[in-house]
Amino acid sequence: MKHLLAIDQLDRPAIEEILDLADHFTEVLSRDIPKVPALRGATIATLFFEGSTRTRLSFEKAAKALSADVLNFTPSTSSLSKGESLKDTALTVQAMGTDLMVVRHAMVGAPHRVASWVDCSVINAGDGAHQHPTQALLDALTLRRHWGKLDGLRIAIVGDIRHSRVARSNIAAFTTLGATVTLVAPPTLLPEDVTDFGGTIASDFDEILPDLDVIYMLRIQLERGSGPVLPSLPEYVARFGLNRSRFERLPPEAVVMHPGPMNRGIEIDPAVADGARSLITAQVSNGVATRMAVLFRLLTGKAQP
Amino acid sequence: MTGTTVTGSPITSTPTIALHNALIVTPDGVVESDLLVAGDRIERLGTGDADVHVDIGGAWVGPGFVDLHSHLREPGFEWKEDITSGSRAGAAGGYTALVAMPNTAPAIDAGHRARFVIDRGREAGFLEVVPAGAITMGRRGEALAHLDELWAAGVRIFTDDGDTLADSGLLRSAMEYLAERGGVVAQHAEDPGLARGGHMHEGTVSSRLGITGLPALAEETVIARDLSLVTLTGVRYHTQHISTAAGAALIKEAKDQGLPVTAEVTPHHLHFDHTRVETMDPDFKMYPPLRTAGDVEGMRVALHEGVIDAVATDHAPHAAYESEVPFEEAPRGVIGLETAAAAVLTALDPEPVMFFTMMSVAPARIASLGGQGQWIAEGSPANLTVFDPDPTWTPEHFASKSQNSPFRGVKLRGKVRATIFRGRLTHQDLE
Repeated sequence: MKHLLAIDQLDRPAIEEILDLADHFTEVLSRDIPKVPALRGATIATLFFEGSTRTRLSFEKAAKALSADVLNFTPSTSSLSKGESLKDTALTVQAMGTDLMVVRHAMVGAPHRVASWVDCSVINAGDGAHQHPTQALLDALTLRRHWGKLDGLRIAIVGDIRHSRVARSNIAAFTTLGATVTLVAPPTLLPEDVTDFGGTIASDFDEILPDLDVIYMLRIQLERGSGPVLPSLPEYVARFGLNRSRFERLPPEAVVMHPGPMNRGIEIDPAVADGARSLITAQVSNGVATRMAVLFRLLTGKAQP
Repeated sequence: MTGTTVTGSPITSTPTIALHNALIVTPDGVVESDLLVAGDRIERLGTGDADVHVDIGGAWVGPGFVDLHSHLREPGFEWKEDITSGSRAGAAGGYTALVAMPNTAPAIDAGHRARFVIDRGREAGFLEVVPAGAITMGRRGEALAHLDELWAAGVRIFTDDGDTLADSGLLRSAMEYLAERGGVVAQHAEDPGLARGGHMHEGTVSSRLGITGLPALAEETVIARDLSLVTLTGVRYHTQHISTAAGAALIKEAKDQGLPVTAEVTPHHLHFDHTRVETMDPDFKMYPPLRTAGDVEGMRVALHEGVIDAVATDHAPHAAYESEVPFEEAPRGVIGLETAAAAVLTALDPEPVMFFTMMSVAPARIASLGGQGQWIAEGSPANLTVFDPDPTWTPEHFASKSQNSPFRGVKLRGKVRATIFRGRLTHQDLE
């Protein structure tokens, strides 16, 4: 495996191999000196053409915990504003001796295009509404650490599924690992055709609440309210927000997840987000170990530490 | 064995050309014969003294191809293509006439602008370049273009191609105005509201990729609306680059009712479906987008049955560096002049008469081009294409300034061996 561009390039054993590695790196991160020399001498570049703090920091922390050197490329400090093409930018960064690029872009397929032009490895850190494979892996890790396994888990993904790369990646990862996934969204925020998505659709959020083990809330982009796809934000919140009364109708052991950044009080109630059954902080922590596992896997070719 | 030999006296005027070993395609069938071209006319079916002798080894000879839909990019976008390079690409593809789309900068919305395109085509000299005129000023969809001036300059097809003329009232005015003249209103049928933000066909693939889709309905609804206006105004109406089986069904219905309606389809819509976008390769990005496999089959059937009258390339050159970006940011459109004929033969395997009808006779009639699309006969204009239906080849490089072809690396059957425009060889590819 040279690149990680989409979650569907990994079958169940390949995902589990990465999660096992991530478990190992979780232990590394808990040590007094949370650092190993596994990637000493390697250069990892983050190319974030779309703004993101947590994902870039998470990759940077993961790379440094493996003793790699990190180059950060962001458009505001780059030549992109001077009209440089994606290809030229990628080739320039490669020419500095980069072994692996972490690419985020607002447009679908940008990391795939970059991978076709460069010789080094490429990780897709989010491309438009398409894929965000390391998010799916860290969420799978979070659920596996909490429940022991994903087999048989009943998971609802709620919100703007149409525009969500997290949903597209997570549906595939969760179902590959044996969970069943229900998609909850107004019709205008569902993809036009979900026949090969592997999840079922529920339009009535309240009806499915008692039968869930995991509720995964997606971030709603606020500008979608009072636009062509939603009548208004309050109407969306009333039908699809995870408020306290909905939370109380979940089974007592059910857990709540969110990829962040959250709109508190919009898609998720603050008390729910901060409550004991929220895995949101664990998701962030697990992100570092997961990305260490992916970096290690791609750059060493090894499945064992 | 094919080949060219030049004999006789020094050439002082257009050399006479003898085509030996030809299969002459006529409406009554294919005739084995030599063909003698003198000046800009066909002198006779048979042999005779000539300055240039060409053995075409049993290839088809028929009326020169006519493209209803070329983007020659001049004026305004000469780094992609210009009228000379586009004409050369056309000749290489067997074309003797191109209808140049008016979405240049400035748009072809006034008489002097149309005359510029015609003049540049004459200077290039490879084939006849005929501009289509914009329907509205600047193609902005707000006010009628200088339709009378354009008509006087020789424009017969009017379109805001690249954009749909969405304003029904304005379209009705244009139709009423041009119906009186006998002009053709040609529509790029894509409802702007339904198509908003779209980059590919809306369906399973767009949903999976997370790319906003252009629904088939965007084409269908515009065609349906336009046909109502055709019924009202009686104008000659032409649907450009039709891509949906449902759209073709509407055209069939209109033709059955006797409406003066025609349609064209591109070679890429006869070959590729939306799953190609999974490659993220911008050479599969075009508007209308590649549709489903069912639509591809629907286009083939509709063309074969004559519901769709003509093949048109929608030749849309873009420089390579413009496409070194993500799919959604890439410019739309692909080149097609040099692969169209082989792509059509490969997709449909039509009889030679049908082949030259959809490539030449029908488009010439739609474009009202008198000297083009005439079946071979003694005295008819010497605008001819020599097409060998047997060889297979794989396109890689093109005479066009741009190389953005979805047919690169695709095995095609049939090669243009020679193109003759007004009695002169403008292209030859003979072993």
